[in-house]
Amino acid sequence: MEQEMAYDALGNSHPITDYKDDYDGEKFGFWVFLLTEMMMFGVLFLLFAINFYRHSEIFALSSGSLNVWLGGTNTVILLLSTYTMGLASLKMRQGKVRVSAYFVGVTLLMAIIFLGIKALEWSVDIGHGIYPSSKILDAKDHGEILFFGLYFVMTGLHGLHVIFGIALMTWVLLLIRSGGIRPEHNIALKNVTLYWDFVHLIWIILFPLFYMIGV
Amino acid sequence: MSSFYHETETVFGTHKNPILQWIFTIDHKRIALLYMGVMFTLFFLGVSAAVTMRAELFFPGPQFLQPHTYNELFTFHGITMIFLFIVPGIPAALGNFILPLMLGARDLSFPRLNLLSWWFYIVGVVVAYSALMSGNGFADTGWTFYAPYSLRTDSHVLPTLIAAFILGISSILTGINFVVTIHRLRAPGMGFFKMPLFIWGLYSTAWIQVLATPVIGITLLLVILERTLGIGIFDPTKGGDPILYEHLFWIYSHPAVYLMILPGFGIISEVLTTFTRRTIFGYHAIAISSASIAGIGYLVWGHHMLTSGISDMARIIFSLLTFLVAVPTGVKIFDWIATLYKGSIILATPMLWILGSIINFTIGGLTGLTLGAIGADIHLHDTYFVVAHFHYTILGGVMFMFIGGLHYWYPKITGKLYNEVRGRIAFGLMFVGFNTLWFPMFIAGFLGNPRRYFDYLPTFTIYHQIAGIGALLVASALLLVLYNFARGLKEGKEAGPNPWNATTLEWHIPSPPPLKNFSKIPYVDFDPYEYENGEPVVHFDENFRRVM
Ligand code: HEM
Ligand SMILES: [Cu+2]
Repeated sequence: MEQEMAYDALGNSHPITDYKDDYDGEKFGFWVFLLTEMMMFGVLFLLFAINFYRHSEIFALSSGSLNVWLGGTNTVILLLSTYTMGLASLKMRQGKVRVSAYFVGVTLLMAIIFLGIKALEWSVDIGHGIYPSSKILDAKDHGEILFFGLYFVMTGLHGLHVIFGIALMTWVLLLIRSGGIRPEHNIALKNVTLYWDFVHLIWIILFPLFYMIGV
Repeated sequence: MSSFYHETETVFGTHKNPILQWIFTIDHKRIALLYMGVMFTLFFLGVSAAVTMRAELFFPGPQFLQPHTYNELFTFHGITMIFLFIVPGIPAALGNFILPLMLGARDLSFPRLNLLSWWFYIVGVVVAYSALMSGNGFADTGWTFYAPYSLRTDSHVLPTLIAAFILGISSILTGINFVVTIHRLRAPGMGFFKMPLFIWGLYSTAWIQVLATPVIGITLLLVILERTLGIGIFDPTKGGDPILYEHLFWIYSHPAVYLMILPGFGIISEVLTTFTRRTIFGYHAIAISSASIAGIGYLVWGHHMLTSGISDMARIIFSLLTFLVAVPTGVKIFDWIATLYKGSIILATPMLWILGSIINFTIGGLTGLTLGAIGADIHLHDTYFVVAHFHYTILGGVMFMFIGGLHYWYPKITGKLYNEVRGRIAFGLMFVGFNTLWFPMFIAGFLGNPRRYFDYLPTFTIYHQIAGIGALLVASALLLVLYNFARGLKEGKEAGPNPWNATTLEWHIPSPPPLKNFSKIPYVDFDPYEYENGEPVVHFDENFRRVM
């Protein structure tokens, strides 16, 4: 389409941003969206900090009962997956559409493995009677109730984001197939990459908070 | 000339059915009207609840409401007015319509996202009101949902909490859309400091929507999880901390009061310049003060908790910051008064509402400072004094600005003129009614009448009866406004593009605007309010080139 112009009184032309195809605008909008996500998780980190300050020792003890190896594996998986997602974005821009789709697929696979491991961890905890309002947990020290309360809320919310990420990547794959994402029109892929970076960043903070303070 | 009423664009292509054309439209103007229709319906529901409460309070002792019903009623009133009406408020209704027009844009940056926000809003409304029909009656917690009561009450708070969460998403999406639109779609040449001040108000508001709403969202989510799963974070029996809830609630809800008022301040600047026929005094000061109110407003939430068990040190700091936030507000008020000075003032209906709002808001703001003083607040907290304060800011302030703005842009939106005489009578009725309604409550509160009770001591009878009469006046004034608008649609004179001789871009296009607003986008190398000898300076030819 032709670039639309506005003219000043002297007849000089000035380009107009087309709202229907505004790469920078869409990227900027997504950053603003990520800010809202940051504020939301920020509140949870704040709650963690306050309760950790109040119950430091119990938090450290409770942390010891989480499986740091499973958590660590998940950390590595997410790290690798942001790398592959970044590659997908890069390859798309270089015009290598198939390779890009392949990397999105690999990322998607890793996201599913992450969820699988997370589900395993949760089911072990729940199997030991550790879940909100369980008799076993409610009988324990307040610090421990709060630790696990936060643990389930925060990893749960993060898990929801992973699920959402899987949906987004599936959508991206469909778009690549239908030509909705092309080397010269890749904003959706770019934004999903940003999103996935964010999801992994949150985990990078969650992991030491929950798994490492007891080590 | 065919306007946006005749043709539209929808998410799913074209529809024959006019209802589908409306509810799936992605035209910002239609979406604005969708919001307006629903919001004002709910507003009148909220008013009915309020009048019912006032009737109950007309005499001391129980009249026709159970105490518990009264609690549900003020919660219903609060939630409707705050979450369903005034928070989406001016941005979603007037902002949606006017913002692209003022910027010289054809739509918002993300038209489909805009429609999605509206749909989230509708779902929120439905979920909120579903609590009326199900469970043990409506929530009775007040609109603040304080823990631990909100965790324990067996009334139906879950739907209301979920609704508030959904409405939050709607608000965030609108905020993102506005921020991006203002950054990206200003007409060429329009720098930030050439934007009309209404846009500055919307801009500051959009940032608050984006940065503060997630805080309340996650907080309410935690209350939901507390009620359903019992995670313990706000529950004292499990070691949780209900005061933390209050902090998180007000970290959103104080900025939220600025989110309500800042677009209203923007309307003041538009109307004032148009009806004084001169440029605004202190453009930069007003623009910057909007932004700094939004900024400082984040740091004053503790003034809602001066009696809630926070340290003396915290009390002093929050009190000080509360006084500070009044400074930029004062700057604006002085700028507006200076704008009036030596202007050729035209007391048209929008102008009357705006002048009324400045008077009411000044009273509301000054009593806010009274509340922000620690000693005074210990006495006044949770009395009718607080209720009078925030009604002076919200009803006397924001609502007056909103109605003023509706009158101001009514010709642009409908293409018609309303009846001016009727408009002025409605204003007079409202101004008198409003002050009759709320001023006595300052006194009752000061003398110790607590808020949120269905009953009071007989000594307070006189204040409540005066207020009761005021409530009737207010309700009739509102109905008169509505009637005036409805009649205007039928029998109003054609407005023409610029009935007020205003200067901003929306007045350079036909009323009602065509689907894509501007046939050609103008180049903006002028300030928003340029008048010379009472006439607008800037004119365009039919190709939107400036005529010198
Ligand atoms: C000059 C600026 C303002 C100041 C200094 C101020 C100060 C205060 C203070 C100190 C309180 C707490 C009183 C108490 O709980 O005892 C309060 C309550 C309140 N204010 Fe403001 N305020 C200002 C502007 C506004 C505006 C613009 C609005 C709305 C548009 C507003 C709405 C409210 C509401 C709704 C409450 C009641 C909260 C509750 O339910 O307890 N205020 N204000
Ligand atoms: Cu406040």
